[in-house]
Amino acid sequence: MSTEQLPEHPEFLWRNPEPKSSYDAVIVGGGGHGLATAYYLAKNHGMTNIAVLEKGWLAGGNMARNTTIIRSNYLWDESAAIYEHALKLWEILPEELEYDFLFSQRGVMNLAHTLGDVRESMRRVGANQLNGVDAEWLDPQQVKELCPILNINDNIRYPVMGATYQPRAGIAKHDHVAWAFARKCDELGVDIIQNCEVTGFLKDGNRVVGVKTNRGTIHTEKVGLCAAGHSSVLAEMAGFRLPIQSHPLQALVSELHEPVHPTVVMSNHVHVYVSQAHKGELVMGAGVDSYNGYGQRGSFHVIEHQMAAAVELFPIFARAHVLRTWGGIVDTTLDASPIVGTTPVENMFVNCGWGTGGFKGTPAAGLTFAHTIATGTPHTLNKAFALERFETGALIDEHGAAAVAH
Amino acid sequence: MLLISCPNCGPRDETEFHYGGQAHVPYPENPNALNDKEWAQFLFYRDNTKGIFAERWLHSTGCRQWFNMLRDTLTYDIQAIYPMGTPRPDVTVPAAAESGTASTAADSTTTGDSAPSISASSIAPAATPASATAPKGATK
Ligand SMILES: Cc1cc2nc3c(=O)[nH]c(=O)nc-3n(C[C@H](O)[C@H](O)[C@H](O)COP(=O)(O)OP(=O)(O)OC[C@H]3O[C@@H](n4cnc5c(N)ncnc54)[C@H](O)[C@@H]3O)c2cc1C
Ligand SMILES: [Zn+2]
Repeated sequence: MSTEQLPEHPEFLWRNPEPKSSYDAVIVGGGGHGLATAYYLAKNHGMTNIAVLEKGWLAGGNMARNTTIIRSNYLWDESAAIYEHALKLWEILPEELEYDFLFSQRGVMNLAHTLGDVRESMRRVGANQLNGVDAEWLDPQQVKELCPILNINDNIRYPVMGATYQPRAGIAKHDHVAWAFARKCDELGVDIIQNCEVTGFLKDGNRVVGVKTNRGTIHTEKVGLCAAGHSSVLAEMAGFRLPIQSHPLQALVSELHEPVHPTVVMSNHVHVYVSQAHKGELVMGAGVDSYNGYGQRGSFHVIEHQMAAAVELFPIFARAHVLRTWGGIVDTTLDASPIVGTTPVENMFVNCGWGTGGFKGTPAAGLTFAHTIATGTPHTLNKAFALERFETGALIDEHGAAAVAH
Repeated sequence: MLLISCPNCGPRDETEFHYGGQAHVPYPENPNALNDKEWAQFLFYRDNTKGIFAERWLHSTGCRQWFNMLRDTLTYDIQAIYPMGTPRPDVTVPAAAESGTASTAADSTTTGDSAPSISASSIAPAATPASATAPKGATK
């Protein structure tokens, strides 16, 4: 393995059009999910007179800040179905979008450090296999063979007792994913409008008929919200509530190193996960900061805690340096599953709640949300993730598969 | 990292505290009368304010007492600290800043590695002399 050359930065990917006075549909939020939704609206449903409105620059929110882990080894049938569908789309998208965004299926390991972890992990491997998701249980020796720099000694605070492993999982270049979608959207006629913040909605009774923005009013028949950490703020403008809490989530990278880390290692129990980026940085993350926050920054002790865990698991990291840390705003739900579907406002649809782990879901979120916007009805894969589940009690509790993990 | 003034112990590092989410959410007065929609609101729905937010904190490794706090969720600036069971104090701030839907959100132009700038529409710390201190009579 050697460090890889990144693709050349293309000169031109999309136009920067002025907003028109009306569109057939408007997507709020130009992150991965908004762009993927627009792409599938145009490609699968022939809706090309649409716009993606982004208040900042394209994909400068969580899409620019995530640690790019892609996997589908979730516990419940509903989650396995949508995340596995996403993984299958990731496998064909570089060709479909004609853009090599370096999707690297180097596998993802989720470590177990306690007997409880071991039982829960084995249960998840079983559930995954029944759902057609590639999953294996590794004993500590097999863990070491796959990732030689991992410390599997039993004289540490939380020894490695094994791991789940999904070989088809991996990482991709997040920015390039966004640009790949944006370029295709543009080719299909979608207007991508940056520096365009939605500040309110026009309604006719309970039906949305337009959006107010800092660049004027835009009339539209349908609105799809893809605003991640700001979903509650937009819902409030539209007059409804979402069961979402926005938290800071931080990550960091080291300086560039020779390739030492061949896979992706995550530990829910000691709160750290690590991969090595194509260029050579060690990329690390942990759990959310406990408090609600829209500041795109978190507290230092969260970083300190994750570094302590990282150094115990990977002793050679003790000599590395933190080069850069940053934070995003993640939209968490109480069952650690996303919300995709209709809203109390007619013709307004919402895709949010992907929280700490929505990068991996980008293509399936886009595909199914586009279906829901175009047809006004759920897609088989997003049906279970509708807002109604908080009233029926049919929650999809993925804390075991999603908690610290992404 | 937040520096939080516990009403009983004084200023302490955030790591000594536990977050308790939105404050002033009473248990339903007549639980038997609630339908599923109303239960969902009580169980799963909380305000997710961008701006000044009333929230609960527990000084878990200190006096182990709960208290309430007003904190700006965009700047993280602490506006007031007050006891459980007392109403949310009035913190005088510029009118435009109260709303999380203000049109020039400060984070729209920051990058991942810099702190958010404080725009005209967000709450400037200077405008809040009560910052990080408990209002009079709030402690004991
Ligand atoms: C540090 C970190 C690490 C992560 N690691 C992983 C990982 O390893 N794997 C994984 O699967 N997921 C991960 N995630 C989660 C993932 O990044 C998100 O779930 C996903 O990016 C959310 O979808 P998005 O790309 O559309 O969001 P965003 O990129 O945040 O897009 C939302 C957009 O909406 C815009 N917007 C908001 N309000 C308005 C408005 N009023 N008008 C117009 N536009 C507006 C924002 O500016 C933003 O660009 C991580 C997140 C963070 C922060
Ligand atoms: Zn105390």
